[in-house]
Amino acid sequence: MKLIKSAALVAASSLITMTAQAGTLEDVQARGELNCVVTTGLAGFAAPDENGRWEGFDVGFCRAVAAAVLGDGEKVKFIPSTGKTRFTLLNSGDGDILFRNTTETLSRDVDLKLTFLPINYYDGQGFLVRKSLGISSATELDGASVCIQTGTTTELNLADYFRVNGMNYEPVTIETNEEGIGNYSGNRCDAYTTDASGLASTRAALEDPSAHMILPEIISKEPLGGAVRHGDDAWADIGKWVVNAIIIAEELGITQANAGEMAMEAGDNPSVNRLLGTEGNMGEMLGLDNQWALRAIQAGGNYAELFDNNIGPDTPLALERGLNASWRNGGILYAAPIR
Amino acid sequence: MNEISLPRQNVVSRVWNDKEARSVIVQIVTVVLVFGFFAYLIRNAAINLEAIGKGYSFDFLTQPSNYDISQHFIEYDSRSSHLRAMTVGIINTLLVAVAGLALATVLGFFLGVLRLSRNWLVNKLAYVYIEYTRNVPLLLHILLIHGVIVHTLPVPKQAINLSDAAFLTNRGFFTPKPIFEPLFWIVGGLIVAGLLFSLWFTRYAKKVQDRTGNHYPVFWINLGAIVGIPLIMYFIMGTPITWDTPELKGFNFKGGMVLRPEFIALWLALSLYTAAFIGEIVRAGIIAVSRGQTEASYALGINRGRTLSLVVIPQALRVIVPPLTSQYLNLTKNSSLAIAIGYMDIVATIGGISLNQTGREMECMTIVLLLYLCMSLVISAAMNWYNDRIKLVER
Amino acid sequence: MDRKTYKPGEHPDLPPPSNIIGPAAWIRENLFSSPANVVMTILVVWFLYKILPPAIDWLFIDAAYTGENRDDCKAQGSGACWAFIDERMRLFTYGFYPIEERWRVNLSFGLLIIATAAVLFDNFPYRKYGLYFAAAFPFIAGWLLIGGAGLTPVPTHKFGGFLLTLVIGITGIAASLPIGIVLALGRQSKLPVVRLFCILFIEYIRGVPLIALLFVASTMLSYFLPPGTSFDLLLRVLIMVTLFASAYMAEVIRGGLQALPAGQFEAADAMGLKYWASMRLVVLPQALKISIPGIVNTFIGLYKDTTLVLIIGLLDPLGVGRASLADTKWTGLAYEVYLFVAIFFFVSCFAMARYSLYLENKLQTGHK
Repeated sequence: MKLIKSAALVAASSLITMTAQAGTLEDVQARGELNCVVTTGLAGFAAPDENGRWEGFDVGFCRAVAAAVLGDGEKVKFIPSTGKTRFTLLNSGDGDILFRNTTETLSRDVDLKLTFLPINYYDGQGFLVRKSLGISSATELDGASVCIQTGTTTELNLADYFRVNGMNYEPVTIETNEEGIGNYSGNRCDAYTTDASGLASTRAALEDPSAHMILPEIISKEPLGGAVRHGDDAWADIGKWVVNAIIIAEELGITQANAGEMAMEAGDNPSVNRLLGTEGNMGEMLGLDNQWALRAIQAGGNYAELFDNNIGPDTPLALERGLNASWRNGGILYAAPIR
Repeated sequence: MNEISLPRQNVVSRVWNDKEARSVIVQIVTVVLVFGFFAYLIRNAAINLEAIGKGYSFDFLTQPSNYDISQHFIEYDSRSSHLRAMTVGIINTLLVAVAGLALATVLGFFLGVLRLSRNWLVNKLAYVYIEYTRNVPLLLHILLIHGVIVHTLPVPKQAINLSDAAFLTNRGFFTPKPIFEPLFWIVGGLIVAGLLFSLWFTRYAKKVQDRTGNHYPVFWINLGAIVGIPLIMYFIMGTPITWDTPELKGFNFKGGMVLRPEFIALWLALSLYTAAFIGEIVRAGIIAVSRGQTEASYALGINRGRTLSLVVIPQALRVIVPPLTSQYLNLTKNSSLAIAIGYMDIVATIGGISLNQTGREMECMTIVLLLYLCMSLVISAAMNWYNDRIKLVER
Repeated sequence: MDRKTYKPGEHPDLPPPSNIIGPAAWIRENLFSSPANVVMTILVVWFLYKILPPAIDWLFIDAAYTGENRDDCKAQGSGACWAFIDERMRLFTYGFYPIEERWRVNLSFGLLIIATAAVLFDNFPYRKYGLYFAAAFPFIAGWLLIGGAGLTPVPTHKFGGFLLTLVIGITGIAASLPIGIVLALGRQSKLPVVRLFCILFIEYIRGVPLIALLFVASTMLSYFLPPGTSFDLLLRVLIMVTLFASAYMAEVIRGGLQALPAGQFEAADAMGLKYWASMRLVVLPQALKISIPGIVNTFIGLYKDTTLVLIIGLLDPLGVGRASLADTKWTGLAYEVYLFVAIFFFVSCFAMARYSLYLENKLQTGHK
């Protein structure tokens, strides 16, 4: 009986977790695990593979933060969330940080009490339609049925777009991506709308991707970024600079493979030295050690590697860098310098 | 020292052994515990909300909702307020619930009768249907029926054409919409008058029957009053209704009325599922009426149909109504599964998109819970009233 | 035909005329007894003829049992593609439970079978110990599945598929019965305050849909916990499902309590039994026996309601199926998934219903 009782106690205590009321950084370090809120599954961004290991672009950022803070990119607990639960999970303390292709908006920042990290993906809402419809522009969609996944800014953009252009439409709103795709593939809707990155992944999952096309119009700005709870600036800084470090690593040509070598000793480039901790005390300023950025980069590579491995041209999503190219290559990805 | 020494008891155990006092103590402790528990929860909520700087206010209800809803029976667009979106949601919930209750009741009684059929095949078929339906989750039925509608019905361009007036597609069932001309209101008035007449006449016929035993053909006379006379008047005045028929324009049908696939799927799934339960209730109710009642009625020379309607069903109803009430409540509450296929009911509007857009979980969920509670109370009250009316008057 | 004459009393027992026994008579009696019956029979036979052969073709004959993807299946026949279900079987069973730890799930399933058998069948060998074991089973299984104390902890968000259904279903069933009994007694209590609270609780829970309660659990329950505490999502769901089922259970048991003649309560009082003793020894055994069909129906309802967790993002079998449908290799095989999940639920719920019938008959003490 004693054994059973203690087993029950252990089981119960692992279900209820108490967190000290210290800063998030201390909490995470004490726990030895980072709780990262991600989607329930969006191919390329965050989805469990056949063995239940989470993979994806957003997941890569979670692992980078965990590596910087805890020294190990595997010490992450992924908390899958729907559009409805994601902010609650963060606000209630279940999650420490959120990387869930989330659009930064004023009301989320101010009213939902979030602090956004730097943008890690510049996206915009588009439309996926059948080629057989014979249309080439979203302005021809008057009277169409449009499938939308709720819980995002998508339905707001859609309502605004059709209103401004004086067009009618029938919204078919659905909670989950799978059901949305089911509706679209069953021809319940003429068009499927979501962020262009999501459209690419949706199109790739259709039976015959070549029968569908993404219309050229992008009807909204969707700067996607991570977020943390309002009010813990030290923790927000860590998230912010890990994202910046990943972006800067690409600019400086530091990759997952060569980062360790370059961090062996200080080189000629002071930017590289500061980033990899061979010069200055950037890590200490953040409350971490000086190898924080090195570990973050080693966890999943720099921005280009994260992009190419998860959503780039060689993956099923086949997304181009476009706006997300480094500012040196004509994109708008431009991180504040580490100095 | 010579007084009889009672077993030594301290005050506490003496009070505890007093039945009255004990019940008071238990009740006070219960009140303190329950209120303490709630106070604790509210305190936690206050601290937690304070910590992240969120308040508790319903101001957001007057803000524009910024999203569109496809099925709305009142004026609504994306500039309307969240409050209006909620109203649209309530109407949609009520619509599917009422339509579901009606269809489930009809189908349920039908199934109950089939289950009692002496035809072996019919009986077993009804049995298989009931067991299959009852033992598979409702959510699965909803998804399955929705999937069948969306994937097997044709797209608008190849719509199933019902004599150029109605069209069946996977975007919905499009029917002509009546547009009433001024003269029609005379017909409408006649229908109301017919309804009032039939209410009075039913009572009158019952009174006459109780007194003299004479039986009027109540059903046919009422039918004539409610439908027949207005129908004749309608043709005399030259059919004062014009029909707005749906037409294929661009992507979809325009004009007319439409039942969306989400509504049809939810409605059918709710009705078919609940009908299986009602069927069993009806069967049990009819079996509960003792066979002697039927035989006595036959012996009095009352025919089969009248036996059923005058002897068996009134008695069976007493057994049927209480469990039927809980099935009605279940159906209404189950309509909240609408969210799985995107039918915009209460949970999908105020508890769904509005909640997501405003981030007011507490306020939105409070509203949702209260709305369902109200609906449940109304249904319970109505069914209790009906139950009181039909229940056996004990002497 | 020879016409024999018999002496009185020596007439042999002749078989009944052929038109009242045998298959032909049965068919006439049950299928063609009246014109309406004939019409109905013909309709049903026509209906079955239209439905059954294509269904069997699709399910078995034209179905594909092996294959790597959808196209493989379609190449083999126009029927169902069971290869898909086969490939996803492990996901359907374990969800994302770590592969190297899955023996723990298997062990729990095995122990579950023993525990259930011990509870259900009274000729189970060493039944007394079996019952002790069954009482301890939820804790043992909890420890096995969640881990800790020597086992690698497995976070609950990795639970999925049938494992999740069984975890929620069994916890709900095991916890809602005692809570339901307490609530039912509370509702019948002579103490007005206790009665009022019980009525409020029961009617409140019964007045709102489970899905709304699950949304409460997933979106706002955290706000009501002490600052800095957090409950695992699965635990929150378990709490809500249990509360929901116990309110219904309370009503079922109240029905049983009310059906008991007042004499039973009075007799227990007259014996000098205290409240709890009279309930335990006299009232509840009889009330529960009367309520068995209702209790089992509540269990079945709870078990079916576990599918609703899909809507708040937990992956039950239906959720696993729908997530699998998003896989490019297998898109568009929704009917296979739905049918497979439907069969799973049908088998478990139908078994429960049949067992309830069996138990009802067994406990029938012949007072009818």
